[in-house]
Amino acid sequence: MLEKALIKENNRIFWYWILSLVVLVGVGFNSYLHQLDQGLTVTGLSRDISWGLYIGQFTFFVGVAASAVMLVLPYYLHNVKEFGRITVVGEFLAVSAVIMCMLFIIVDMGMPMRVLNMFLYPTFNSPMFWDATVLTGYLLLNIFIGWNVLEAESKGVNPPKWVKTLIIISIPWAVSIHTVTAFLYAGLPGRHYWLTALIAPKFLASAFATGPALLILICFLLKKFAGFDAGKKAIQKLALIITYAMSISIFMVAVEFFTAFFSQVPGHMVTLQYLFVGAHGYSQFVAIMWIFVILAVLALGLLIPRKTRENDKTLIIACIFVFVSMFIEKGLTFVIGGLSENPFGEITPYIPGIHEVLISIGIWALGIMIASLFYKMVVSVKRESDFANASFNKQEMRDC
Amino acid sequence: MDINRRKFLKAGGVLALGLSIAPAKSVLAGVKGKYAPGPNALTAKNWAMVVDMNKLEKDVEACTMACHKEHNVPNIDNKKEEVKWIWTDKYGHLFHDNKHDFMNKEMEHRHFLALCNQCENPVCVRVCPTKATFKNKEGIIMMDYHRCIGCRYCMAGCPYGARSFNFKDPRPYIEEINPNYPTRTKGVVEKCNFCSERLAKGLLPACVEASTNGGLVFGDLDDPNSEVRKVLDTQFTVQRKPSLGTKPKVFYIL
Repeated sequence: MLEKALIKENNRIFWYWILSLVVLVGVGFNSYLHQLDQGLTVTGLSRDISWGLYIGQFTFFVGVAASAVMLVLPYYLHNVKEFGRITVVGEFLAVSAVIMCMLFIIVDMGMPMRVLNMFLYPTFNSPMFWDATVLTGYLLLNIFIGWNVLEAESKGVNPPKWVKTLIIISIPWAVSIHTVTAFLYAGLPGRHYWLTALIAPKFLASAFATGPALLILICFLLKKFAGFDAGKKAIQKLALIITYAMSISIFMVAVEFFTAFFSQVPGHMVTLQYLFVGAHGYSQFVAIMWIFVILAVLALGLLIPRKTRENDKTLIIACIFVFVSMFIEKGLTFVIGGLSENPFGEITPYIPGIHEVLISIGIWALGIMIASLFYKMVVSVKRESDFANASFNKQEMRDC
Repeated sequence: MDINRRKFLKAGGVLALGLSIAPAKSVLAGVKGKYAPGPNALTAKNWAMVVDMNKLEKDVEACTMACHKEHNVPNIDNKKEEVKWIWTDKYGHLFHDNKHDFMNKEMEHRHFLALCNQCENPVCVRVCPTKATFKNKEGIIMMDYHRCIGCRYCMAGCPYGARSFNFKDPRPYIEEINPNYPTRTKGVVEKCNFCSERLAKGLLPACVEASTNGGLVFGDLDDPNSEVRKVLDTQFTVQRKPSLGTKPKVFYIL
C-alpha cells in the first residue's frame, strides 16, 4: 500500500509541493545542527522563560492529534455514517501531529541524546513521563488503526476485528493525551496562570475546535487538488462540532477573567494584564492577543449563524480564523504567559531566535509532508474503491 | 546453518534482554565502597540553614565567591543565561509577596542571600521525568548531571528561581577550574547542593565557612539539639513563599 504514497504518477504539482517541503525541512535541520553545536543559547529562551515557542507548539499539536477522536467517536459509537469516508483522514492527521509533538519536545531538550532516559528510569510521579508514554501509545494506535482500515478498504474487505478494539481504546486515549499535557502545567505551585483545574477541559475544548477546523480545510484542499470529496454532510457535521467546541473554549478563556479580576489576587491578574494590556512596562503580546480576540469573535460570528456556516466560502474563512486564533492562544501565549512573571515578581520579555523559528518551520514542513504522503495514499485507495463500487453497481443494474 | 525467522527473532530477544540487564548488574556490583562518604563525614538526617543577614552583611560577597569557585560555576554576564548557585537580591524580590506600598525603603531594597531552599517537599523532584534531580538520605536535593535530559521542567516547577540551565558550554566562562568538582556540559540544569561533596569529607559548606561572623548557621533540622534548631527556637525566622507548601529548609532572620 505504501507504494501508493511513493509511486510517481503523472502529478508534477504534488512532487513540487513535496520538494519545497523537503527544502524547508533541510533549512530547519541545518538550524538544528547549529543549535546542537551551540546549545539553546541560539534560542530566545532564558532562565525565566525556560519554555517558549517549542513547548507552546508541542502543546498545540497535542490538541490537533487528540481531535481525531471527533471523527472516530461519532462514527464508531454513534454510527454517524457521514464520517466513514474521512475517519482515516483524521487518524493520519493525528499521526502527523504526534510526530510533530515529539520533534518539538526533542528540539527543546538540552540533551536530546539522552531522551531514552525517560524510559530507562521511568518516574511515575512525573507528568512528563506519562505524557511521553501516552503520546507514544497514541502514535502507535493511530498508525495501526489508520493503516489497517485503509488496507482493508484497498482490498475491498472489512478491517479485522481487533482493529475495532484498538479504535475503541483510542477514544479515551485521545482524551488522555491532552489531559496529561494539561497536567504538565496545571499542578505547579507558584505559576498562577497555569494553576487551575480548567486547563485540561480548556485544552480539550480548543483541540476539538482547532483539529476539526484543520480537517475541514484539509478536506477542501483534497477536493480541490485531488478530486477527493468528503461529502457536504460530513463537512457540515464537523462544522457544527467546531461551533460548539469553539464557543465552549472561548467561554473558558473568558471565565478566567472573572476569577482573576473579581478576586483581585495579584498573581492571578498579572499574566492576563501582561498579555492583554501590558504590565510593568512590557506589552509584547498585547497586539497579538487582540488579534486572537478579534479572530475568535469573527469565527464565532461566522459559525453560529446557519447561513454562513453552511456556505463553503464563509466556512473556510471561519476555519482559518479558528485555527489561527487558537494557535495564538494556546500555541504561543499560554506557555510563555505562564512563565512571564518570574519568581521575583518581574516580567521577562521573550523574542524567539531566528534558528528557533527556522527549526519550528522545519518541523511544520515535515509534519505537512508526512500528512501529504499519507493523504496521497488515502486518495488513491479511495479512488480505486469508489471506482470498484461504481462498476459493481453498474454490474448489478445490468443484472437486474 | 538452519536459522529461520522465528529462531532469529528469539535470539534477538534474548540478546536484547541480556543487554538491558547487564548495566543493572554492573551498577549493583560496583557501587559499594567506592562512593561511600569518608570516615570524618558530617552527617545529618535533614540538613538546613539559617541566614542571619544582620551578621552576614560583610561576608556576602565572600560567600558567593567561595561557592562559585568551589563548584566551577561559570561567570556568564547575561541575565538571561546566567548560572548561579547562590546570589543576593533585594527583599522586594525574594519576598515579593510580603512587601507593601509603605514599606521602609531601606528594608525593601536590602539585599538578602538566596540559594536553593532544599525543600522538604520539592516540586523539582516531583516533576523530573528521569530522577536526575532527587532527594538524598540527608534531605539534600541533588542533581545528576549525567542523567539530566535538559527538559527544564524543574525550572518551571521551582518557585524560587534557584535553578540554572547551561544554555551554552560553561567551561570558557570558568576563571579557574577546581579539579575537585566536575564542570558541567551545555544542556543540563544545575543548582546548589548544600556542598554534599564537602560534607562527605567532613567540611562545612563553602558559604558557611566563608561567613566568619556566624551569619550562616548550618545543621540538622531533625536534631532538637542542633545549632540550627536552637536558633529557630529562640529567634523569629521566616521562609520564602511558605504558602506554596514546599517547606523550604533555608530560614531567614530579617
